[in-house]
Amino acid sequence: MAVAVGRPSNEELRNLSLSGHVGFDSLPDQLVNKSTSQGFCFNILCVGETGIGKSTLMDTLFNTKFESDPATHNEPGVRLKARSYELQESNVRLKLTIVDTVGFGDQINKDDSYKPIVEYIDAQFEAYLQEELKIKRSLFNYHDTRIHACLYFIAPTGHSLKSLDLVTMKKLDSKVNIIPIIAKADTIAKNELHKFKSKIMSELVSNGVQIYQFPTDEETVAEINATMSVHLPFAVVGSTEEVKIGNKMAKARQYPWGVVQVENENHCDFVKLREMLIRVNMEDLREQTHTRHYELYRRCKLEEMGFKDTDPDSKPFSLQETYEAKRNEFLGELQKKEEEMRQMFVMRVKEKEAELKEAEKELHEKFDLLKRTHQEEKKKVEDKKKELEEEVSNFQKKKAAAQLLQSQAQQSGTQQSKKDKEKKNSIVRGSQSGMSFSISRLTIARASMDPLNCRSWLQAIQ
Amino acid sequence: MDKEYVGFAALPNQLHRKSVKKGFDFTLMVAGESGLGKSTLINSLFLTNLYENRQIPEASARLTQTLTIERRGVEIEEGGIKVKLTVVDTPGFGDSVDCSDCWLPVVRFIEEQFEQYLRDESGLNRKNIQDSRVHCCLYFISPFGRGLRPLDVAFLRAVHEKVNIIPVIGKADALMPKETQALKQKIREQLKEEEINIYQFPECDSDEDEDFKRQDAEMKESIPFAVVGSCEVVRDGGPRPVRGRHYSWGTVEVENPHHCDFLNLRRMLVQTHLQDLKEVTHDLLYEGYRARCLQSLARPGARDRASRSKLSRQSATEIPLPMLPLADTEKLIREKDEELRRMQEMLEKMQAQMQLSQAQGEQSDAL
Repeated sequence: MAVAVGRPSNEELRNLSLSGHVGFDSLPDQLVNKSTSQGFCFNILCVGETGIGKSTLMDTLFNTKFESDPATHNEPGVRLKARSYELQESNVRLKLTIVDTVGFGDQINKDDSYKPIVEYIDAQFEAYLQEELKIKRSLFNYHDTRIHACLYFIAPTGHSLKSLDLVTMKKLDSKVNIIPIIAKADTIAKNELHKFKSKIMSELVSNGVQIYQFPTDEETVAEINATMSVHLPFAVVGSTEEVKIGNKMAKARQYPWGVVQVENENHCDFVKLREMLIRVNMEDLREQTHTRHYELYRRCKLEEMGFKDTDPDSKPFSLQETYEAKRNEFLGELQKKEEEMRQMFVMRVKEKEAELKEAEKELHEKFDLLKRTHQEEKKKVEDKKKELEEEVSNFQKKKAAAQLLQSQAQQSGTQQSKKDKEKKNSIVRGSQSGMSFSISRLTIARASMDPLNCRSWLQAIQ
Repeated sequence: MDKEYVGFAALPNQLHRKSVKKGFDFTLMVAGESGLGKSTLINSLFLTNLYENRQIPEASARLTQTLTIERRGVEIEEGGIKVKLTVVDTPGFGDSVDCSDCWLPVVRFIEEQFEQYLRDESGLNRKNIQDSRVHCCLYFISPFGRGLRPLDVAFLRAVHEKVNIIPVIGKADALMPKETQALKQKIREQLKEEEINIYQFPECDSDEDEDFKRQDAEMKESIPFAVVGSCEVVRDGGPRPVRGRHYSWGTVEVENPHHCDFLNLRRMLVQTHLQDLKEVTHDLLYEGYRARCLQSLARPGARDRASRSKLSRQSATEIPLPMLPLADTEKLIREKDEELRRMQEMLEKMQAQMQLSQAQGEQSDAL
């Protein structure tokens, strides 16, 4: 950390009076000029149910139209959508980031609804912490994404907070500045509003939820902050549509029974919210985020990692030393894990190899068996073929003999020859059919020997 | 006296007299998340203070609250007609952080009423059957969202075949006219998409006059009804006290048709369709329940095992006895049928095989 400046702590600083104008009263101006040229950064998180008016209120607050598609109620879980915009007013540039909770309050089981929000906030803190811990860092250039203000939108039921509201705010109150507001407040009549507000505040207090307190230590803003705090939670109405009132246009909502003017303090607390959030306390919100919420996160995180401010001997620990020690420990663990994994890998490879060898052996055996059966079959086929050839030659001889007889008979007498012819023809035909029958028998025999060969079956049938 | 006049044209009068003497009863259920104006609307509808001295629990108490069913009964009278009105409330619906299955107690309650009626109807002494069945369910939809939420859809899906549902948009003074139209449109689309059957108004008879038909069409167009409820009187000047809500920028009048659909809802619920709701409950929904119930008795173990066991456990008078032996024989018959069918299939298969092999043999012979 910082090296202690060699200054005795019990010595008081002397107050000296100046004999002339030196000029260091321009210090605040120098600071302001510097910051203005750099530009400011502000991040708002809007938490509330779908359709409660988050986007409309942002549009109304910043007098622009931040384009976005309205979400449906069918989101499976809560997710956060962040959008950054560059705004300019006079010579002041503002980098505004608006983070929206999409799907909040829509699911039937809302036990885990707060988790994505907390994770997002922590992630921004983590990013800043990482930047801070770097060796070569550029904090002045860093785009700060930490959430400076959380607007929690309460539904105007008129009764009290919802259970989801209580659970979520309790989880968020130590991480971010919560400003609760009552949304769509044009549905609550004045007398009901007072009761509703006090009910909400008492519920927050009794459950120990810490909302953002407007600072009352500076005299310039103490008074206005104190009077405004009484009106918490602010009951707001948002609108981007303009309605003609009197002789000028104003942001309002037009009903058949009247017109609700957004900037009329009798109608709603929009003006108060704008004053508090933007005009008076924006810088304080940023400061609180940095000095309170971020420091708390940092402390918890570093303690988790094992850092302490003082070691057992009560001597201040250097961050670097502890860091080195942690790093070595971590590397050692990594190596051990690597070894383990390598060993397991080798073992697995061996097992697989053994399995594969087994399989190979089996395949070889099968192949041999098949080959043998195949050869046997082949021999059988050859035998049958020889038989067939014998039959064919026999038939040929018979045919030749028959033909000879025929020619002899022709020479002897035609009548007899005719009869003989028919007889012989029938014999021939008979022997022919017998012949074809034997051929088909052979093919069937062949096919039956080779049961897996569909083609031979097909031929046999044909 | 005209000889041709028989006199049964006086029947409607007789019916009227009898019904006045008997009195009417009606059970209305209101469901929806807390804070949507259900109790105020009921008070406005029937001009009574049904919900006095309400204790609304704090948020921390509601973290894990289960749904309870509350019944409030009241007898109201108007013009000599007595109505015994029962309002069934569902406090705790949608209140806790985890609302899974929070609609099951409601479904069970509705079915219990059907069960009770079934038992009474099948009993020996049917003189004084108390009809505690739920005739209508007003489901409140939040005006702060963009349509039906998953919880709404789950609840409606669970009850739509068991009770007449009339969807209502509560606290409608949060919506400008064009927002109201858009929301109604969205809800109608979603109901169709999710195939949820809400109560359908019966068609007008063709011989009704044009005015009535127009009114009827208007009423059907404005479902779901966007209502505002109030018991405060805001203007005492005119002929009747006007109830409404007073804001710094104007006053919403509950009975002004340009401000909200309260009049339509009241007319429909009380003036014109009360009897139809009861009839649909009796003829359609109850009969459907009864058929399912008895069918599942005939096939034990198929579906609705739970309802059967509940019936046999709770009833003092047993289910009509001839049911049980019949069930056994039916089961046997069915089993034998199955066997026969299986054997037939096998036979056919074997026949086919034989034919095939015969055909092969013939073909080879022909060669």
